[in-house]
Amino acid sequence: MTGLASRSRPEVPAPGSVGPPRRPYTLGVSTATDLDPTARARDILGVSRLTNSALTGWLHGLPGVDQVGCEARAAALSTRSIKTTSKAWAIDTAISMIDLTTLEGADTPGKVRGLATRALVPDPSDLSTPSPAAVCVYGDMVPFAREVIGDRGVNIAAVATAFPSGRASRAVKLADTRDAVENGADEIDMVIDRGAFLAGDYLSVFREIAETKEACGDARLKVIMETGELVTYDNVRRASWLSMLAGGDFIKTSTGKISPAATLPVTLVMLEAVRDWRDATGEMVGVKPAGGIRTSKDAIKFLVTVSEVAGEDWLTNEWFRFGASSLLNDLVLQRQKMTTGAYSGADYVADDAPSGY
Amino acid sequence: MPTFEYAPAPESRAVVDIASSHGLFIGGEFVEATGGKPFKTVNPATEEVLSEVSEATADDVDAAVRAARSAYTRVWSRMSGADRGKYLYRIARILQERAREFAVLETLDNGKPIKESRDVDIPLVAAHFFYHAGWADKLGYAALGENPRPLGVVGQVIPWNFPLLMLAWKVAPALACGNTVVLKPAETTPLTALLFAEVCQQAELPPGVVNIVTGAGATGQAIVDHPGIDKLAFTGSTNVGKMIARSIAGTRKKATLELGGKGANIIFDDAPVDQAVEGIVNGIFFNQGHVCCAGSRILVQENVADEVVRRLKRRLTTLRVGDPMDKNTDVGAINSRAQLTRIEELTAAGAAEGAERWDSGCELPGTGFWFRPTVFTDVSQSHRIAQEEIFGPVVSVLTFRTPGEAVAKANNTPYGLSAGIWTEKGSRILWMADQLRAGVVWANTFNKFDPTSPFGGYKESGYGREGGRHGLEAYVKTGGDQ
Amino acid sequence: MSARVDVRKTYKLYIGGKFPRSESGRSYEVMAAPSGRRATPRFLANAAMGSRKDARDAVVAARKAQPGWAGATAYNRGQVLYRVAEVMEGRRAQLVQDVRDSEGLTPARAEAVVSAAIDRWVWYAGWSDKYAQVLGGLNPVAGPYFDISAPEPTGVVAVLAPQASSLLGLVSVVAPVVVSGNTCVVLASEDRPLPAIDLAECLATSDVPGGVVNVVTGRTAEVAPWLASHRDVNAIDLTGAAGADGVEWGDLELAAADNLKRVLRPGGSGTEAVEPDFEATPDLGRMTAFLETKTVWHPKGR
Repeated sequence: MTGLASRSRPEVPAPGSVGPPRRPYTLGVSTATDLDPTARARDILGVSRLTNSALTGWLHGLPGVDQVGCEARAAALSTRSIKTTSKAWAIDTAISMIDLTTLEGADTPGKVRGLATRALVPDPSDLSTPSPAAVCVYGDMVPFAREVIGDRGVNIAAVATAFPSGRASRAVKLADTRDAVENGADEIDMVIDRGAFLAGDYLSVFREIAETKEACGDARLKVIMETGELVTYDNVRRASWLSMLAGGDFIKTSTGKISPAATLPVTLVMLEAVRDWRDATGEMVGVKPAGGIRTSKDAIKFLVTVSEVAGEDWLTNEWFRFGASSLLNDLVLQRQKMTTGAYSGADYVADDAPSGY
Repeated sequence: MPTFEYAPAPESRAVVDIASSHGLFIGGEFVEATGGKPFKTVNPATEEVLSEVSEATADDVDAAVRAARSAYTRVWSRMSGADRGKYLYRIARILQERAREFAVLETLDNGKPIKESRDVDIPLVAAHFFYHAGWADKLGYAALGENPRPLGVVGQVIPWNFPLLMLAWKVAPALACGNTVVLKPAETTPLTALLFAEVCQQAELPPGVVNIVTGAGATGQAIVDHPGIDKLAFTGSTNVGKMIARSIAGTRKKATLELGGKGANIIFDDAPVDQAVEGIVNGIFFNQGHVCCAGSRILVQENVADEVVRRLKRRLTTLRVGDPMDKNTDVGAINSRAQLTRIEELTAAGAAEGAERWDSGCELPGTGFWFRPTVFTDVSQSHRIAQEEIFGPVVSVLTFRTPGEAVAKANNTPYGLSAGIWTEKGSRILWMADQLRAGVVWANTFNKFDPTSPFGGYKESGYGREGGRHGLEAYVKTGGDQ
Repeated sequence: MSARVDVRKTYKLYIGGKFPRSESGRSYEVMAAPSGRRATPRFLANAAMGSRKDARDAVVAARKAQPGWAGATAYNRGQVLYRVAEVMEGRRAQLVQDVRDSEGLTPARAEAVVSAAIDRWVWYAGWSDKYAQVLGGLNPVAGPYFDISAPEPTGVVAVLAPQASSLLGLVSVVAPVVVSGNTCVVLASEDRPLPAIDLAECLATSDVPGGVVNVVTGRTAEVAPWLASHRDVNAIDLTGAAGADGVEWGDLELAAADNLKRVLRPGGSGTEAVEPDFEATPDLGRMTAFLETKTVWHPKGR
């Protein structure tokens, strides 16, 4: 489960065989990322020039999201009862999907080293426990994580682009990104300019994502939409499609600094978006809810939603992540319970980096 | 390739203790029937016999009506509304306390998924008693007319699709208004009604206020024909509803009839499509489609029809069909072999008439009564599957081009119970809602129920309303009424 | 000087806003009610003897008119109906004469009955934009939904007009049906049909669209069963079964069950049918009998 993604997009099998043959997107999967993002966007939108009004027409033409219906669906998925073998599978899968995160002003090299160590050995009492997918830190902390992790199969993700507010010039954001990549980050978690999005300046958001993607080089780009500031599910859907259009490899809910963060309905809307995006383009994009997911029970609800909404192709850490810190503790606790048959306690979970994220 | 198989998550049936045989509940006690032929009630998911139930004869019905009359004249009609209300509150509370037991028993006897009996049926049952309890001493404020008074003894005959919920819809308003009742549950689902009798005992409801007689059509007819009955409340098929209307013609018995439907669920091209697909699923696959107000006809705007059908089919492949006691089951068992046969016959007719049949292909258990979620496309108004109530997990998809055409097709049926509208355009919702000849219109939602919300049909879907202030009208007389 | 030979009125049916004779070509003698010392019945007029086909045509006209009438604003319906009262006031002399002849009343009593009938019409006209507020409203459901119930007309209503109270009774059964947007086919009092045709002339000369009220005169026992069993009739008012020759209201209710018509039974108890006292102040019952409650749900979200 901890095998990490290759950075190029794999061949994706056609989704479910039901229904009439869908309109094939003219660009092949393998060439999609080779194109200049603006040219690709023009092609997808069917316009000769990528203008803000073209983007507006496209995004506002997406089907709306009814809040009550969406939340009812999420609540229904939450009632799934995951027991015994499926629970054990879900716990290990969830652990393997964690981006183990510390993003505090008070972070120190020592804390980051501890976090990285924890990622390599999440439960010293049971070495069969899988590792999280990545550690996620500020860009300047990447080298300290790398010291510990080396090339031992856990990725290092860095937040960039003036995280968490995103309030800086484009040049600063791109420099921030390049800096993190040069420091050895495998993955970049950027924030979008929510102000620009809410003001309707979609072209600016598009360009920023596309340029950040370019600055990432081989690093995979996660686009943080800060859904708590977008407020409506219609906005979440539009931001998701805009992020995917601009070349994001993942769409991510939140910085963890704003509440509400990763709710199940928001993640549901994003999972619908990546599912529909694959239908439209053949490309897979990952989803990362981040912030507020603290218990195994919560994590399993998200996995149920991934499975039933996007489908099982997304049930790997290549395409789904949890941005979390304390979640790992609870998953390890539950894993111990399943292994030993007895309820465990916090003192039996080694925690190098207690954090409030 | 990762797979997320859900391990079995069965609800425990240890919370219920089903007696091997049941008598009738008359005058506050369980009594032996006077000679009818006992019948077996089975778990439709396993065909296991759950219990043997008495068949009430005309004599038994007469005893029940006399018990109800006696309780009416001596106790219940004389009691203050406040005190009647307190009994109903007691019942509501006991139902909440014993909710799990009722949910399990309902699922065993009916075949519906435990998550529905647990999360929908039983909570709504308690809510109905709670709501009506509060009306008992406030009827004078309900704008029913001057001096609202109870009718007397009410005969109630309820169906098998929501056994305890239909009991609550009938019993709660009747009692709140000061009537006493003789109720017959459906012959395939009598057990929760009989357990409800125990609730009446625990609540120390005066004997005879609620009487429960089990049996089939003959028992129901005996209630309908009994001269001591002042009012009938029936939920079931339109054919039986018409028989009841004929039976009481020329008498002074009042009636409310909640009958069949062929609800249109109308999807416009600007609908919130993911929620609309959920609405379709909830509209027709909720409770195996055993819902009179089911959205059994999808009317989808032609320019998005393929897309909506594609999404619907994809969604249906995630529906989990099987053991109703499993907490993850979405679609349970068909209630009876007879109903299964009817569904099979009508769907065969649909295919034979040229509609395109698709089902989810899911595996079905080896014993019990099962039917896969099924979608018919290329359906015309004149197909039987577009006209007749199938009462199963089968939906017909028709298309339309304009709002006017959608209205015309939706209304082109002798029924008029429910309709759905899916569009993000507010003014279109209100225009459509005005045009649709249906008692309940769900816009951007479907199959929602609440004790405060009146429910009932136009045309051959019956008459009278249940729930809300309007539902009380059926249980009182006012002014100079005799 | 000899007295002027007056010009007499031909009493015809009223269907779809027109005054046709019966398609059957039949008519029947209408006699004045016995009053005072006069021993022999006095001939009043030949009324059209409506047939089942006239009733059928009337249902077609009523069905055709129904959506438009229900679709008019409540304010508009109220004004149109109020206008009927104005026209009735203008034709008071004829109404008084026909009520007096039909019911055998004294002139003063006939005046009082006509006044009551006009006032009754005004009372119902005023309900057009009020009953929905009184009978409908918001339902406080336990969830994030806007949920509202409102009354709607049930559709086409067949009305057996009272046999005795030929104008006040007629107004008291017709006005509550049409005020909410129903249209109707009225079987006039068999022996006292003339005030019904007078009322039809008032309707025709006010702004009530043709087909909203259709009046068929003739034998109740002959025509009523066709209306009771008519599948395109949504409801039937059996008030006029009381005192109608050869009519068992139970038989009509039985026929009405075939398409589950809403049935307003006649007054009285048991199988006996009694004509109500139309002098009494009405309640909402005659309106609610021909209303459906429609409940609309919508989620509330951002």
